[in-house]
Amino acid sequence: MTELICIGCPRGCHLMVDEENDYKVSGNHCKIGEDYGKNELINPTRVLTTTVKIKGGLHSQLPCKSDGAIPKSKLLEACRSLKEVCVSSPVKKGDIIVKNILDTGIDIISCKDM
Amino acid sequence: MFDLIIIGAGPAGLSAAVSACEAGMEKVLLIERDKELGGILNQCIHNGFGLHLFKEELTGPEFAGRFIEQLKNSRVEVMSDTMVLDINENHDVHVINGNGYQCLHAKSVLLAMGCRERTRGAIATPGSRGAGVYTAGAAQRYLNMDGYCVGKRVVILGSGDIGLIMARRMTLEGAKVLACVEINSYSAGLQRNIKQCLEDFDIPLYLSHTITSIEGNDRIERVRVSAVDSKFNPIEGTEMVFECDTVLLSVGLIPENEISKKAGIVIDPKTRGPLVYENMETSIPGIFCAGNVVQVHDLADNVALEAKKAALAAYDYVTNSPTYVREIEVKNIPNVTYTVPQHIRLPLRNKLVEISFRVNRTFSKCRIEVIDDKDNVIAKFSRDYITPGELQKINILSDVISKVEERISVRVVEVNDD
Repeated sequence: MTELICIGCPRGCHLMVDEENDYKVSGNHCKIGEDYGKNELINPTRVLTTTVKIKGGLHSQLPCKSDGAIPKSKLLEACRSLKEVCVSSPVKKGDIIVKNILDTGIDIISCKDM
Repeated sequence: MFDLIIIGAGPAGLSAAVSACEAGMEKVLLIERDKELGGILNQCIHNGFGLHLFKEELTGPEFAGRFIEQLKNSRVEVMSDTMVLDINENHDVHVINGNGYQCLHAKSVLLAMGCRERTRGAIATPGSRGAGVYTAGAAQRYLNMDGYCVGKRVVILGSGDIGLIMARRMTLEGAKVLACVEINSYSAGLQRNIKQCLEDFDIPLYLSHTITSIEGNDRIERVRVSAVDSKFNPIEGTEMVFECDTVLLSVGLIPENEISKKAGIVIDPKTRGPLVYENMETSIPGIFCAGNVVQVHDLADNVALEAKKAALAAYDYVTNSPTYVREIEVKNIPNVTYTVPQHIRLPLRNKLVEISFRVNRTFSKCRIEVIDDKDNVIAKFSRDYITPGELQKINILSDVISKVEERISVRVVEVNDD
């Protein structure tokens, strides 16, 4: 049994995950907790939120995120590789900034029009 | 003449503008001091916003974007890069911007100025005055909007959500976050943020600890941290030293009410926000308020919901000029630190009255009780777990409240299940 706190929403359910029983999750109040509990022990993933440089925008940084969860172990490397990226204004919310980041199959997209 | 002037275009102001417009208000003006709309959401690039309101997980800029999109196609007028200097009981709003000074007039005003961070001065941390001490929100703006990371080796004082979010953010940017130090025995932040911002990156959280000294002349070089007793006094022999160049403060937020006070609006010393009635109206008729200017919320979604309520009340005020016959007081008794609203007027204009409050300690199995003048329980709500870090909300039927004579009180009682 492993005890976890669900990060699916601000409620923060206290989960118990039973590894010996097909990763059965208890203590969750919704489906998000069930998926998170199981996934967290098998292959933990996170949505990455960060910024890239932008030229000609109101600010020098453009907020962006991974368009889906990527393996937790790749967060730092993904963030490092995005330091080299620079885009030019105008950018639309949802525009792809980097396709298939670190071969995860997930794109990095803009969170804002700038 | 405007029907409604909204001051501040963060989550509260944006939501209020959209709601006022949807309700049918014709002339709505939204005033923002920054160059763009969105307020603090622009620097909150992390996700977790919108789960209640939009049923999906959005980042701060995306959450703001949802409202800004709706405003683009609406008749709401927007004045950005504009500072409100003064308001008064006649609903005059004095503003200044690149075009100079103007006095605007409205039938109703909605305050949505949000809050600001407590600083080092407010918590009186001893030590030298080297550079490198920032509030977490200031460091967040430098990093996420200007691309400037304020330090390489960081200690975070306080465990509010912004501090936790910045622990993760600076780690991702290559800084080493050595510790998060919290004087209370519990964290003020959300459980999920302890997990995904500290534990994910093996950043230790020291509860019941505080910084006793910040040292270094030009730039800070180290901090001393000690465990504290129940009176927050450092315990001898528990000192740890962290070599660091940066301290981030995440030690609480204060509602921003300078113009409210100048206008003569009554402020509740407990919330440090305007004293409000059940519909978010302040002590000055026709001036409403919502969001962190009233009470510090945990979630932007709840700020937006409160703003909707205030905007609908402003619409009701302008179109129906409601009158009230009497008032009851909302009292808080031991374990409840404050309530919003502080007063309820009758007759009530909605079926339900929402009361929000915070508790002063952690409770597991417990019951929230609302009692009347004669100590009768008129409403009760079971909870599994509540902490001071989480704003509590209850809804009471207006019919029940209407029978109360002078006051109701909110209390929390422990439930022992055998």
